[in-house]
Amino acid sequence: MKMLQYIIRRLLQLIPVLLGMTFIVFLIIRAIPGDPALVILGQQATEDAVAALRESLGLDNPWYVQYFQYLGNLMTGDLGESIRTRTPVNEEIWPYLATTFELSFFAIVIAVIVGVNAGIISAWFQNSWFDYTAMVLALVGVSMPIFWLGLMMQYQFSLQWDWFPTTGRENVRDPVNAITNLYLLDTLIQGRFDQFVVVLKHLVMPGIALATIPMAIIARMTRSSMLEVMKSDYIRTARAKGEKMFWVVYKHSLKNAVIPVLTVIGLQTGLLLGGAILTETIFGLPGVGRYIYEGISSRDYPVIQSGILIVAFIFVMINLIVDILYSIIDPRIRYN
Amino acid sequence: MKTQEKVLDVKGLRVSFFTDEGEVPAVDDIDFYVREGEVLGIVGESGCGKSVTSLSVMGLIPNPPGKIIGGEIKLNGEELTTASEKRMRQIRGNEVAMIFQEPMTSLNPLFTIGSQLMDAMLIHKMGNKKQAKQRSIEMLKLVGLPRAEEMMSDYPHQLSGGMRQRVMIAMAMVCNPRLLIADEPTTALDVTIQAQILKLMRDLNEKMNTAIMMITHDLGVVAETCERIVVMYAGKVVETGPAVEIFKDPQHPYTRGLIQSVPDMRYKKQRLYSIPGNVPKPGSIKQGCRFADRCEFAFDRCRQEDPPLYKTAEGHSTRCFLFDEKEETVHDNRNTVKS
Repeated sequence: MKMLQYIIRRLLQLIPVLLGMTFIVFLIIRAIPGDPALVILGQQATEDAVAALRESLGLDNPWYVQYFQYLGNLMTGDLGESIRTRTPVNEEIWPYLATTFELSFFAIVIAVIVGVNAGIISAWFQNSWFDYTAMVLALVGVSMPIFWLGLMMQYQFSLQWDWFPTTGRENVRDPVNAITNLYLLDTLIQGRFDQFVVVLKHLVMPGIALATIPMAIIARMTRSSMLEVMKSDYIRTARAKGEKMFWVVYKHSLKNAVIPVLTVIGLQTGLLLGGAILTETIFGLPGVGRYIYEGISSRDYPVIQSGILIVAFIFVMINLIVDILYSIIDPRIRYN
Repeated sequence: MKTQEKVLDVKGLRVSFFTDEGEVPAVDDIDFYVREGEVLGIVGESGCGKSVTSLSVMGLIPNPPGKIIGGEIKLNGEELTTASEKRMRQIRGNEVAMIFQEPMTSLNPLFTIGSQLMDAMLIHKMGNKKQAKQRSIEMLKLVGLPRAEEMMSDYPHQLSGGMRQRVMIAMAMVCNPRLLIADEPTTALDVTIQAQILKLMRDLNEKMNTAIMMITHDLGVVAETCERIVVMYAGKVVETGPAVEIFKDPQHPYTRGLIQSVPDMRYKKQRLYSIPGNVPKPGSIKQGCRFADRCEFAFDRCRQEDPPLYKTAEGHSTRCFLFDEKEETVHDNRNTVKS
């Protein structure tokens, strides 16, 4: 019951945060020089034509009128209409979002499974060859530019060895019949396991590229957190009870060590959603990062606003989930 | 019913820590034993090797850097220094249990009291979940905790320090061990709670006939609970004997110093005695008696030779040249010590 109250309160607190977000994004993109009408009509357009287009787009109104119109539409769930393509953003944005979701989810799963375990084993066998190797690799991972890693993987695994496709989400000659636009899910729903494998193969390289930095950060965080916990008195108590080292590590220690790691996982997941743009570009994936980028280059205000708002919303939600997980794991955390 | 059978017999135990600065001996050739159902006190200042000794028995010396480099530890006749890790796991928490100084941090904050209590029984396969739960509740009641059933689903942070130490004791006793090692069990507690915990441990000792190895720097604790005492100084046993005798007739100058430095209600105005100097850094004294630098009776021989343990009475021995019968020159000195 207390938990439900907490969740509701946190959701209510989201409203001012998101309102602030819309306001700032709205103002900033209008402060950037450039005119959507001019972008659409080109440099040779007559002034009359530009003025007419501005009027039809509602851009001739004062900014606050535009802002409140935008807010009003937002309240009804209407994200507006793309200036460039003249289609509602609501319709347009989902396939892009789905691409990013699928990629980010895949990446964070790899990052968490590999990162957390590498951290645990490094802490368990501190100063062993595994520890040294894992931590050097983690350092390399953190410092690795994604675009470079992506290109190297494409060169080696696609061009040289032909293990994975270079770019895209699917086999263009046998496209996936989109239902949810999450292709892994779609292919499973339709029982197309052959396509599922193809989609998965497309995900491997961008997934690993995107997972590298979070994986390294998670591994280092897990290791230091575990080392701290494993020195504590209650771990000695657990060992004094005759507990097997495996359970001392994976049960008694991990539960205590996981809290700071969760924070990092939450933040990294949020960053992945926005930060996937480099990976999406290299691997030719039509993700939300690319959608926003295209919006920016054509001064497509509704697209930019909606894209950033949605990414921010997801970011805040992930952090809410992390906070709720804290309380499930740690009974000492009280919500007041 | 106390027998002469030794539950724990430690002989010539040597534990060293290997650091960047070389080998540091923490425990240097110590002998002691614990009889069945007996309470043995191991007394000494911080850093004298008490805790290292107890962790050696548990096989929990952090390795690296610590290592048992010699001697034997026999539990019910079974050698522990060479036992496999698997065998040690079977012994820990089952035949030998341990409670620690810090009840506030010795319980895992994220698991319920119940699950931590049941752990030991489930680990040692002494029953199924239901039996473990029943036994845990029984133990909580035995250590004097009210509303034991409800407490099973409490978390450690919901309990006070004294209650937590009671839980620790209950946890240690779940598998009915033959030996309980208590490493400064009352140091972190309020004085009133200390007395309760000590009484509880005595009661359990009598009821369940569990031998207790009580490690402490507090002579009050020893006086209240122990039958025999081992006094340790800088990794060595300096005096050992029945508690009554040691309090009545402390022989080693260090033991005397310890007893004198306990506040006495009768002499309130007097300045409290304190042993001059500090505990030597482990490994810093290479030659002679380790206490010589702080000892007011020390003479030349003390700085050159390491004294052996001299038997002074039945079950009472002292590591001091003052008790060497051949040491004629010191008879005067000894009389001063005894006076």
